[in-house]
Amino acid sequence: MTPNHHPSEATLVAYVAGALGEGLSLVVASHLAFCAACRDAVASGELIGGSLLDSLAPETVAVATRERVLERLATADDWKPSRARALDPALPAPLARYLDRDLAAVPWRPLGPGLRQFVMLPASRTRANLRLLRIAPGRRLPRHGHVGTELTLVLKGSYTDELGQFVRGDVAETDSTIVHEPVSDRDEDCICLIATEGLLKFESAIARIVQRFTRM
Amino acid sequence: MYALFAESFGAGMWLPMAAALDGRVPMTVPRAGAAAVPPLFAQLMQAVVARRDQASFMALFDYYAPRVKAYLKRLGASDGLAEDIVQEVMLTVWRKADSYDPAKAAVGTWIFTIARNLRIDALRRERHPTLDPTDPLLNPDPEPLPDRQVEASREEEQVRSAVRALPEDQAKVIMMAFYDGKSHGEIAAELALPLGTVKSRLRLAFRRVRGVLGEVR
Repeated sequence: MTPNHHPSEATLVAYVAGALGEGLSLVVASHLAFCAACRDAVASGELIGGSLLDSLAPETVAVATRERVLERLATADDWKPSRARALDPALPAPLARYLDRDLAAVPWRPLGPGLRQFVMLPASRTRANLRLLRIAPGRRLPRHGHVGTELTLVLKGSYTDELGQFVRGDVAETDSTIVHEPVSDRDEDCICLIATEGLLKFESAIARIVQRFTRM
Repeated sequence: MYALFAESFGAGMWLPMAAALDGRVPMTVPRAGAAAVPPLFAQLMQAVVARRDQASFMALFDYYAPRVKAYLKRLGASDGLAEDIVQEVMLTVWRKADSYDPAKAAVGTWIFTIARNLRIDALRRERHPTLDPTDPLLNPDPEPLPDRQVEASREEEQVRSAVRALPEDQAKVIMMAFYDGKSHGEIAAELALPLGTVKSRLRLAFRRVRGVLGEVR
C-alpha cells in the first residue's frame, strides 16, 4: 500500500544532505521503507550530493593515509557487519535496529488517560525529541501548535486531524504554521513514531502543566 | 566533467586508470568532452567486486579521496579528522563494494552517501539512520531498465548542470544544506528569512533539479 502523506520535499532534501538531525532522520528513513515515491525522491537528491562531490576542488590527501588504506585492504575483507538479533518484522528496519527490541516489548510510560509514550531520545538544545506514542482508540489529543518541525509516522492503527486521516506508513509534517487536534480512530490503539524540534505549544493550561512533567 | 578532470590531474591521469582495468574497457576510455567518464568508475567498481582488484580500487581512491576530504573540511572537519574519515569512507567503499548497484546510482553518488553518514557519526556524534535496502517491508522498486547504468552516470552530469543553473537564491539554500549541513531553521536564521521561505526555496530548487531527470525517474 502506498502512503498518502509524505515528508515535505524540503525535509527530504535536508535528509539527503545530512542536515536533518538524528530523530527527524529516523522518521524519514522509516517512512522510506513504506514509500517508493519518497525513495525515488531521495535517490534524486543523492545525485545532487554526488554531483557536488564531483565538482569540489580536491584537497591533497596525505601519502600516509593512502598507504594506510592500501595496507588495510587485505584485512578489511575479514570485517563482517554485526547482526546481533532478529529485527521485529512489523517495524521498518531503521526503527527496529534503533529500538533494538520488539514493539511488544516497549516499556511504555503513562502520559495521561489513554496515552502512553516511550522516549527514545530526549530533546536537547540542538536535537529533536524522539519518541513512540501510543494512543487508545478514540482518544482526542489536546489542541497544540509547534515551534519547529515535527514528523509523525504512523506504525499501527490510524488517527485523523485537520490535515486528513493518517494510516500505517503515512508521515505528517507539521511546523509553526499548523495547529491541530489529532483524534485516534476507533478500531485499535494508534502507535506513532514522532520527532519534534522544540516544544509543542498547547492551547490549554492543563496540557501545559502536564507537559512540564512529561517532557512532551 | 572532463574539464574538471583535466584541471585536477591533467590528461595523464587516465593512463593509470585505464591500466588498472587491463584494457578491458577500450570503448569507454574517455575522449575529450565525452560523457563516458562515470561508466569508467562503474567498471573500476566492478573490478573491485569481481576480482577484489586493488589497482582499480586505488584508482577510485585517487579520484574520490581528495574530493571526500574537501567535502568533510567544507563541513567543518579539521585536517586530521578529515584524513581519518576519508580513510574510513574509502575502506567502507572496499568492504561494501558488492552492495553498490550501478543501475541505481553513479559511483560518486554512492560514495557521497557513505561520506555523509560517516561524517555525521564522527562530527556530530549522532547517527544518520538510512533506509535498509534488504528490509522485508519494502515494496519493491520497479525493475531498472537494462541501460540504467549508463543513465545513472548521465543523470549525475545532468544534475550537475541543473545545480549550476539554479537561480542564486535557490542555489544558496541547497549549498547551505549540503555543504554546511545546516537545517532549515539554521538557514532561516542565518539568512534572516522566514522558515516557510527557506522551505519553499529548497522545494523549488529540488523540483527544478529533478525536472531535468525527466521521464527516467
